[in-house]
Amino acid sequence: MNNTQNTEAERMTFWERMYLPEIAKGLGITLKQLFKPKFTRQYPEERWEPTGSYRGRPVLVEEEGQERCVACGLCSRVCPALAIEVQAGETDRDKERYPELFEINMLRCIYCGFCEEVCPEEAIVMSKDYDIVFTNQEDAILGKEELLVPVHKLQDRLEFLRQYK
Amino acid sequence: MSELQFVLLEAGLKAFIIVNIILVLASVEVYLERKISAWIQNRVGPNRVGPFGLLQPIADVVKLFMKEDLVPDAAHKGFHRLAPLLSLAIAIAVYAVIPYSSYTNVEIAGTVRQIHWGLAPDINIGVLFILAMTSIGVYGITLAGWSSNSKYSLLGGLRSAAQMISYELAMGLSLMGVILIAGSLSINEIILNQGGGFWKWNILYQPVGFFIFLTSAFAETNRAPFDLPEAEPELVGGFNTEYSGMKFGTFFLAEYANMATASAFISIMYFGGWQLPFDHALLGLEDGSLLLSLLQFGAFATKVGFWIVFFIWVRWSIPRFRYDQLMNLGWKIMLPIAIVNVLVTAILIAIFDM
Repeated sequence: MNNTQNTEAERMTFWERMYLPEIAKGLGITLKQLFKPKFTRQYPEERWEPTGSYRGRPVLVEEEGQERCVACGLCSRVCPALAIEVQAGETDRDKERYPELFEINMLRCIYCGFCEEVCPEEAIVMSKDYDIVFTNQEDAILGKEELLVPVHKLQDRLEFLRQYK
Repeated sequence: MSELQFVLLEAGLKAFIIVNIILVLASVEVYLERKISAWIQNRVGPNRVGPFGLLQPIADVVKLFMKEDLVPDAAHKGFHRLAPLLSLAIAIAVYAVIPYSSYTNVEIAGTVRQIHWGLAPDINIGVLFILAMTSIGVYGITLAGWSSNSKYSLLGGLRSAAQMISYELAMGLSLMGVILIAGSLSINEIILNQGGGFWKWNILYQPVGFFIFLTSAFAETNRAPFDLPEAEPELVGGFNTEYSGMKFGTFFLAEYANMATASAFISIMYFGGWQLPFDHALLGLEDGSLLLSLLQFGAFATKVGFWIVFFIWVRWSIPRFRYDQLMNLGWKIMLPIAIVNVLVTAILIAIFDM
C-alpha cells in the first residue's frame, strides 16, 4: 500500500495542529462525562447477587442434617493447589463412609472448581460467597462446620451443574 | 496604640488568616480534585468519610502524619529536609501580594482607616514579585530531586528545572501586554485599570497573551498536561519518589497552593481580579463599605474557584506531553508568539494612546 502520510503530524489538518480547538473538544467530552449517571455499586450495603455459574467459596452439601460426602478423596487428589484434606471414617448409615475431617485451606484455594467437577456424589460445590476475609492463617483453614451448607441454599448451582456439567 | 504597633498587628493578623486559608483551600482542592476526577471517569469518588466524603482530606492528612518518615541512606539529609519546606514556604509567600478584595473603611480608636484585603496588594512590583517567587519555586523541586540521591528523583528535578526555565520566558512576555496596558507593575493598579465592567477586562484586549499565559501557568504549576517532573509511569513519581509521610504531604500542599496562586494570578491579570462584572457604582454602594468589599471578595473567589476547577478539569482530560513536544511548544511556538504579541500591543498602544 502506498502510504505517503505516515506520521500523525502529517495526517492532521491545520486546526488540529493548533492544539487549542482539539483541547476544547476534549474538555467538552469530559464535561459531558461529568454529568452522566454513575454505575458504582455501594458495595457493603448494596451487594451483587451472582448467578449459578459463579464459582465462589467451595462448600459441602448438607442434606437431612448430614453431609453427602463419602470421603472418596477424589477432590483432595485433583486439587491443583493441594488445598483440601480429607480423612475418612466408617458409619452405620447407607453410604458406609463419611469424612471424619474435611478441611479446605482458603489461602491455597484457587477457585478452579475441579473438586466439584470430579465429585461423584455432588457433595462439594462452589457457592456464591465471594467476600472471604481472614485476619490470620489459622482462620483460613475451614473445617466441616464452616463448610456445610444446607442443600436448599445451593439450588442455583446444583441446577447449573445438572444442565452444563 | 502607635502607628507602628498598629501596622505590625494588622500585618500579623492578616498573615495568620491568609496562611490558614491557603492550607484549608489546599484540602478543599484535594477533595475537589478527587471528586471531579471521579465524575469525569464515571465514578462516585470519596463518599465514606463524613457527608459526601467531605472529611476525606482530613483523613488523608491524618494518614500522612501517621506514616513513617523515611529518608534514604545516601540522601543529603539537610537538603532532603529543606526541599519540601522551601516549596511550601515559597508557594505561600506569593499570597503576600494578592489582593482578595478592595478596601474597607474601618473606624479604629476614633480614626477611619482603609483596611486592604490582602497583605501588601499595592506593592509597586507585585507582578515581578509573583514571577520571581514562582521561579524560585523550582528550587524546592530540583533540590528534592538532587538530594534524594535517586536516579528517578534526579531526572524529575532536572526536567522540572528545564521546563520552568523554558516556560518562564513565555509567561513573563505574555504578561508584558497586560503591564503595558495598565502602565504599572502594581497589582492594585492593574486591577483598578480593569474596573467598570467585564468589557474592560484584559482577556478581551489580550486574548493571545491570555492563552500563552494559561499554558505557561500549567507548566509552571507542574500540572497535567505538563506534569513531566512527576510523570508517574516513567519516573515513579519523579522528584518525590524518595519522600514519605508529611514531607510528601508538604509537596502536595505546595502543589495545590501553587494551583490556587496560578488561578488567582489568571483572575487578576486577565479577569479583573476582584472587580465585579459590571460597574460597582450601579449598586449605589460607596467605596470602602463592608458590603461592597464583601461582594468584590465574592467575585474574586468565584473567578479563582472557576480556574481551580478548570485546572482539575484539564488534568483529567488531556494526556501528558512528551518531553521534546514540551520543549518545542515552549521555545518554538509560545516564545515567538509572545514576542509578537508584546510588539503588536506596544505598537497599538503607541498609535491609539498618543
